Amino acid sequence: MKTTQMKTKVLTANRLTDGISVWLGANGEWTTSLRDAFLARHEDAVAAIEAAGHQALADNRVVDVNVIEIEETEGGPRPYRLRERIRADGPTIDYAPAAAARVSQAA
Amino acid sequence: MYRYDEFDHAFVEARVNQFSDQVARRLSGEISEDAFKPLRLMNGVYLQLHAYMLRVAIPYGTLNGRQMRKLAHIARTYDRGYGHFTTRQNIQYNWPALSDIPAILKELAEVEMHAIQTSGNCIRNVTADHFAGAAADEVADPRPYAEILRQWSSVHPEFSFLPRKFKIAVTGSERDRAAIQVHDIGLQLKKDEEGRLGFAVWIGGGQGRTPILAKKIRDFLPEADLLSYTTAIMRVYNLHGRRDNKYKARIKILVHETGVEQLSAEIEAEWAHLKDGELKLPDADIAAINTYFAPPALTPRAEGWGELAAWKKSDPGFAEWVGRNVAPHRHPDYAMVTISLKPIGGIPGDASADQMDAVARLAQEFAHDEIRVTHEQNLVLPHVALSDLEPLYRALLTDGLATANAGLITDIIACPGLDYCALANARSIPVAQEISNRFGDPKRQAEIGELKIKISGCINACGHHHVGHIGILGVEKKGAELYQISLGGSGDEYASIGQITGRGFEPGEITDAIETIVDTYLANRTDTDESFIECYRRIGADPFKAALYSSEAEAA
Repeated sequence: MKTTQMKTKVLTANRLTDGISVWLGANGEWTTSLRDAFLARHEDAVAAIEAAGHQALADNRVVDVNVIEIEETEGGPRPYRLRERIRADGPTIDYAPAAAARVSQAA
Repeated sequence: MYRYDEFDHAFVEARVNQFSDQVARRLSGEISEDAFKPLRLMNGVYLQLHAYMLRVAIPYGTLNGRQMRKLAHIARTYDRGYGHFTTRQNIQYNWPALSDIPAILKELAEVEMHAIQTSGNCIRNVTADHFAGAAADEVADPRPYAEILRQWSSVHPEFSFLPRKFKIAVTGSERDRAAIQVHDIGLQLKKDEEGRLGFAVWIGGGQGRTPILAKKIRDFLPEADLLSYTTAIMRVYNLHGRRDNKYKARIKILVHETGVEQLSAEIEAEWAHLKDGELKLPDADIAAINTYFAPPALTPRAEGWGELAAWKKSDPGFAEWVGRNVAPHRHPDYAMVTISLKPIGGIPGDASADQMDAVARLAQEFAHDEIRVTHEQNLVLPHVALSDLEPLYRALLTDGLATANAGLITDIIACPGLDYCALANARSIPVAQEISNRFGDPKRQAEIGELKIKISGCINACGHHHVGHIGILGVEKKGAELYQISLGGSGDEYASIGQITGRGFEPGEITDAIETIVDTYLANRTDTDESFIECYRRIGADPFKAALYSSEAEAA
């Protein structure tokens, strides 16, 4: 019988105090870098990070807790959804004031 | 402009203290996120992709220099050095910490500002014509009436838990610069045959997933009846508006499902009980609010006429800027100046803290300390002497604020999109930037003429794509971004909802598609005086569709 490989998952949320995007690390601490996230590769691991997420929400450490799917690449974990890639890497634009300063110099 | 009285100060201070306490209790874990979320939303605090977002109300888009400096200070102290001016004449900060928001609100209160009712199912910040109090074609200044509505609607106990959010816009002239036909209530100031001031009243307009133009339910409502009649509308909506489905909860759906005749009759019946009661506005109260908005004392500066002509002759860049960004003031020696927040290749609506400080300084030096925020995400200095235009332009140039593109193809409205917004399905800003760069050449823009491109990153339509001459809607399809194009929308007095052209375009195709549309317009216009929207209305969508999809038709 053909078996479907489970997609690797990580746990993400936003920090309560400042809303910054965070991922659950292997040491149980929340990290601001997706590269340091704990990779859940089987169902038991997924259940464990889900439980950790519920607890962190109940403990008022984070909000908006979600399990997301990633692919493991040479460059590190890469979310399948663009939304999650942007959460991990920040806005795809060179936002102000750096951008505004360059436009000003060009004018 | 309006100044807080003792009641306003006490009200805002009490609200800041209340919310500060709620934030402290949330951070200490005393209250849960489920309990806190509606409280933070009532105070303009959202959670987006990367951080919290604070939306600060700018009532009817009017600011003074001191307030703008405070916005700059907040951007610099509590955020990442910039802010984003929105299509609702507000400003949004993208990176504030929740723990800093009490301090931010306290600082805002010092300059008579707040973030109350910038979210939630209540009456939101009332918007108005950004040229209010200065436009040559104005019947009356809409801001006093917007202010009366603001005072009446602030924490109104009956209308704080509506079926859905509720937006009111007021315009002061026949020329609609406030997009009243895509608001829940649109008010157009006018005079009747006897010269009395009042309003044409429109209801049920809106964008979002179901774009509908408003219906006029009264051709003339005397100004004294503003609150009683608005209350009647709100009561009928509050009673009958759907609460079972958030996507069908706006008043536009109620108007559509009930029929405007029946709904109008119900509103009139409700109004009959209210019209002669305590909500009738006394003349003295209207006059008192109007005094806050008395125009500045504009001394004659006739020397500006000759100076302006000479400056234009000697500096083509200045002449181009005057031609695009300067509009006639009701005083012949003065002008209204649009400060474009759409630098070529820039982020629509963003301003750095330094730019905000610069605008504050220039408003105080050259513009009687008045600034406006437009729903097209630009700023306006409404009272500038012609004689001051050249030094103002020089100063704007040094701060990257002199882009001469008001109303042109690069004056693009764009929502924050998937770069920030938790609701978005696709990015808006990079699309706007690529189009801006493609059409950034001044000669090319001038040749194309007036053309409004509006971009939304999801169906909620914060970027007003339904009323763009060219509208772009970002969607997610099979995990990738795709952009639908609509044509023929308009948000002015000849309002129309744009029609979708056909299949969407991938990110790498969308700018080419826009260029195809522009080229089709240029090839079909009768002459350079026929604008894009006029041409579209004459020839229809077919030539544009043929140009966009011709290769597919050939392949088939």
